[in-house]
Amino acid sequence: MWGVIYVLPWLVGFVLFFFIPLLASLRYSMSTIQANAEGIAIQFTGVANYIQALTVNTSFNRALIESITDVLVNVPLIVIFSLFLAVILNQKFRGRAVARSIFFLPVILASGVIMSLESTSLIDAVNQNSTGGSALGTFELENLMLDAGVSEWIVTYLSSAVDRIYQIVSQSGVQILIFLAGIQTISPQLYEASKMEGATGYEAFWKITFPMVSPLIFVNAIYTIIDSFANNAMTELIRDTGFVKFDFGLSSAMAWVYFLAIAIILVIVSIMFSKRVFYQD
Amino acid sequence: MTTSRLLSLEHWKGWLWSVIRFVLITGLSFVILFPIFQKISTSIKDKGDLYSAVVVWIPQNFSIDNFQQAIRVMDYWATLFNTFALSATTTLLTTASCALAGYGFARLKFKGSNLLFAGVILTILVPPTTILIPVYLNLKSFDLMGLMTLITGKSVNLLNTYWPFILTAITANSLKAGLYIFIFRQFFRGIPKEVEEAAYVDGAGIGRTFARIMLPNAIPSMVTVMLFSFVWQWNDSFYTTTYLTSSKVMSTQLSSLPYNLAQQVSDGASKADPFYLSMIQDTGILLAILPLIVIYLFVQRYFVESVERTGIVG
Repeated sequence: MWGVIYVLPWLVGFVLFFFIPLLASLRYSMSTIQANAEGIAIQFTGVANYIQALTVNTSFNRALIESITDVLVNVPLIVIFSLFLAVILNQKFRGRAVARSIFFLPVILASGVIMSLESTSLIDAVNQNSTGGSALGTFELENLMLDAGVSEWIVTYLSSAVDRIYQIVSQSGVQILIFLAGIQTISPQLYEASKMEGATGYEAFWKITFPMVSPLIFVNAIYTIIDSFANNAMTELIRDTGFVKFDFGLSSAMAWVYFLAIAIILVIVSIMFSKRVFYQD
Repeated sequence: MTTSRLLSLEHWKGWLWSVIRFVLITGLSFVILFPIFQKISTSIKDKGDLYSAVVVWIPQNFSIDNFQQAIRVMDYWATLFNTFALSATTTLLTTASCALAGYGFARLKFKGSNLLFAGVILTILVPPTTILIPVYLNLKSFDLMGLMTLITGKSVNLLNTYWPFILTAITANSLKAGLYIFIFRQFFRGIPKEVEEAAYVDGAGIGRTFARIMLPNAIPSMVTVMLFSFVWQWNDSFYTTTYLTSSKVMSTQLSSLPYNLAQQVSDGASKADPFYLSMIQDTGILLAILPLIVIYLFVQRYFVESVERTGIVG
């Protein structure tokens, strides 16, 4: 009874600003919408909008595939990177507090407009050109690794990761936070016991830290996927179709295809993780 | 003999790791801070220093001209005030409503509460783009189940007002609110049941227990949620550029900055130098994030230290 009262504000908002719009959007996606001074006229057209999005529209498929590959490439990197950094930031060393506050800074800075303006900044571009060395550095390393017999696919993946280090660092603030919080809940006795048994730091990580934070790897993977899907070329296209070209029907259909794609990826990831995650109960 | 050698090997390994760690952390910190330093350096440069080969970081001629231009074009002080008012209002309302909902889901189980919580998860999973158009049309002719028509005779247009933000904030459905409800729920679930029971035994009702016992305990997670909510609202371009097109808030001003600059900074006949425009644009970005950095400097200690108790983990 009391529970309902506490949840009520959310419930009202959920129905008004989420659930009804969600159903409306599904309806719009199967209609042509004519907006005029009187209001809007909706005409049911079935799957015509979906067909148009998938077969006629020139930019939809490209944007969709681009966003999906982007996510598939970035998510493993971000999750591994943030776990690694959380482990490091959890160790005791001088200046840890400063290091932590610097690494959480991207949570504050990296979003929306700022990011998109950064990428168009001429000053940045010029400065990057004049420093220039980084590309050469990875090039050397690439050759070294190829000579050592590492498969070409892995080498390109890693070197592209090095080139996008800023993007990866700036997208992993929240994830580092979540991992750090998780690592700190692991009881220190576990580490002490393993140290007495003679385990190295490396073994302690794989035998204790890793299994204990594995549920959080799942949480972070999901968070990263959702986060990187929230703002990219695809959302841009959907907005443009809706608010610049005023084709609300087509735009809604695109949004639903996009949502389904994300849902499928999330389901696959959940299945992959559900068998491997260790829960301490 | 052997033990001392082993000891020294351990010692060397530890030392080597410290060095590697130091290099890694410094390097990555540099990657994060570099754009900010660069903007600061750019913003205090004089126009002439742009093409000077000697100037890389420290300008030859200091100048606050960039700041003056950016402040003028962005209408900075009014924008700052608007953005601050908007972010602060939504932050307070969102935190309050999400704390209520989080507590309701964590501790006050009722019929269907699990189903409703699945609804919270759904709001996190569905991209905002999917429901953008219906919400937009809904706000354009806002009519609360015919209530508005009953009172004023017609529906109201809420676009370009702060109402969309206030309404979604009160009802815990603003930007990323699902995540905040989740954080609060995890936190409240972690508080021992005994605390609550003791309060009931002492005769406190549910409302009193929540306000006097639970909320003071929840301060770490409240700080986290408030910081997230303030910052993300401040930077948000998704909702603000849709609902608030003509109002002056930071993110709309930033996204129209390149255009406004090109319009207002040219010297009449000749087109302005693109590098010069970019310089002012960088100054504008710096001005937009500066308040956030200042706030962060004040709360970061509390924020970072309280992370371990936020209960994001559960």
